[in-house]
Amino acid sequence: MSHPDFAIEAEGLVKHFGKTKAVDGVDLRVRNGTVYGVLGPNGAGKTTTVRLLATLLDPDAGRATVLGHDLRTEAHAVRARISLTGQFASVDEDLTGLENLMLLAKLQGFKGRDAKRRAGELLGAFDLEEAADKQIKTFSGGMRRRLDIAASLVVTPDLLFLDEPTTGLDPRSRNQVWAIVRALVADGTTVLLTTQYLEEADQLADRIAVIDHGHVIAEGTSGELKASVGSGTLRVNVRDPADRERAGLFLKDRLGADAHFEDEASALSLQVSDTGRAARAMAEMTEAGIGVGGFSLGQPSLDEVFFALTGHAAEETPAEDEPGRKKRKGKGS
Amino acid sequence: MNASHQEVAAMLRATLSTRARPPQASPVANILAFAWRALLKIKHVPEQLFDAVITPIMFTVMFTYIFGGALAGSPREYLQFLLPGIMVQTVVFASMYTGVTLNTDLSKGIYDRFRSLPIWHLSPIVGAMFGDFLRYTLSSGIVVLVGLLMGYRPETGVAGVLVSIALLNLCTFGFGWIFTTLGVALRTPGSVMTFGWLFLMPMTFASNVFVDSSTMPAWLKAFVDVNPVALLVTALRGILDGTGTARSVGMALIAPAVVTLVCAPIALTLYKRKR
Repeated sequence: MSHPDFAIEAEGLVKHFGKTKAVDGVDLRVRNGTVYGVLGPNGAGKTTTVRLLATLLDPDAGRATVLGHDLRTEAHAVRARISLTGQFASVDEDLTGLENLMLLAKLQGFKGRDAKRRAGELLGAFDLEEAADKQIKTFSGGMRRRLDIAASLVVTPDLLFLDEPTTGLDPRSRNQVWAIVRALVADGTTVLLTTQYLEEADQLADRIAVIDHGHVIAEGTSGELKASVGSGTLRVNVRDPADRERAGLFLKDRLGADAHFEDEASALSLQVSDTGRAARAMAEMTEAGIGVGGFSLGQPSLDEVFFALTGHAAEETPAEDEPGRKKRKGKGS
Repeated sequence: MNASHQEVAAMLRATLSTRARPPQASPVANILAFAWRALLKIKHVPEQLFDAVITPIMFTVMFTYIFGGALAGSPREYLQFLLPGIMVQTVVFASMYTGVTLNTDLSKGIYDRFRSLPIWHLSPIVGAMFGDFLRYTLSSGIVVLVGLLMGYRPETGVAGVLVSIALLNLCTFGFGWIFTTLGVALRTPGSVMTFGWLFLMPMTFASNVFVDSSTMPAWLKAFVDVNPVALLVTALRGILDGTGTARSVGMALIAPAVVTLVCAPIALTLYKRKR
């Protein structure tokens, strides 16, 4: 049944916790060697989806093959080829960086000295050499996350799950994680990452599934998702701010949309559905004597896409489950 | 992060491109790896040994000198009676931490990682038990040492001490399944402690650890005579005094065996159940 080009093929995955329909019929197809983004707000079902695909949960319904192995009947074979970096630090806080990596190396079949060598290589590659002999509980958030990811790469997996890899990280640490993901993919690993940050999906993912209330509500490349919303944004800077009002009325007349005046005194923007008509309107406006300093015709941002698809913003309810790791049991997010 | 982005990327590439995978580790290797983890935890969190070291010293010294004169004529006489009891109490208390540690682990992401690895799925629990044996042996060894310094003399010498520690380890391993079950079933380490103490207090104090049951009221004596902790204390006293019988050792082993047969399957089923 499974297609060799796909690392993950899931159909109709369902997982309910009591009355909570955490995952309620998810279909996914992830092509080998790509980054696949699962985008959605907290509680959308992202973590549960990952836990299902990483063999930590049995689905109530549906089926999936991961790297050609059936999730239910060949879980052990799946585990041999995947790695999981969970949302909450999945390393031992009491142990040092070196010891954590050595433990995982030993569990994956490296013997004494080889385990230590492999752990050392990973510490070097993830810029954690100085922290080798420090306990994890003394690590900063960014170091912890890098160690957590390093721990997933003791044996380079064919498929890596990253559950919200940058939630709670500062921008520099986030960029480091992004660099790691890009290096992994360049090396041939398939990555499925969940995120609630639209920018992250936009930056990293080849394809994106937007998930809300346990359903995939849209799927495609970031460009396709933006195009599916239908409209673009025309941003105009008039040469003389005094002309701005006139420009707004002119464009409204031609394009049938209300102009929005930006904070910058010369800037205005409006939603357009036909880019050709927008370009012609700009030419006519110049001929009509309204000096244009510049204009751009852009696609909507993923934020706008998410809003259009779900009717609510993507990054909401931040306070409730910032990395605290309390909500472990029961419902996933 | 001093290295430039390119350098880091190059190092990453080099590290990750070693796709060579060693052959999968055997269950025995898995267990040894987890036992190693337990040892490291003892090394890094010596606080957990504090309970196992300070409490027994305190109990031995305190009870010997407080009760000794009144109960046995002299502290020295009383120590001969008390020491095997304190050994049992100390190690049985220590076994509760098995459940607390397991529960703490389960509530963190690290068990998700273990469960996503191609390893024997029960190896984390079995490996942790080896660490427990070390803790138990250390605790009972310290009690004996403090006893010796205070004038305790086992009739059966070193051999008696070694056999008694072995029996104690074995029986506590059995009782320990109660706490392993609680550790898997309950939500927080705190509730494991609460339930644990509810169970341990009557079991260790309503026993013959401190005094012989002959002076107790009939109803209490009836309980003490079948209390598994008391039976274990009796067996240990016998071994150390040289008056032990196969029967007393056999009686001590019944309850741990029953607990293992009942609780181990429950604990392992709960553990395997994916959550």
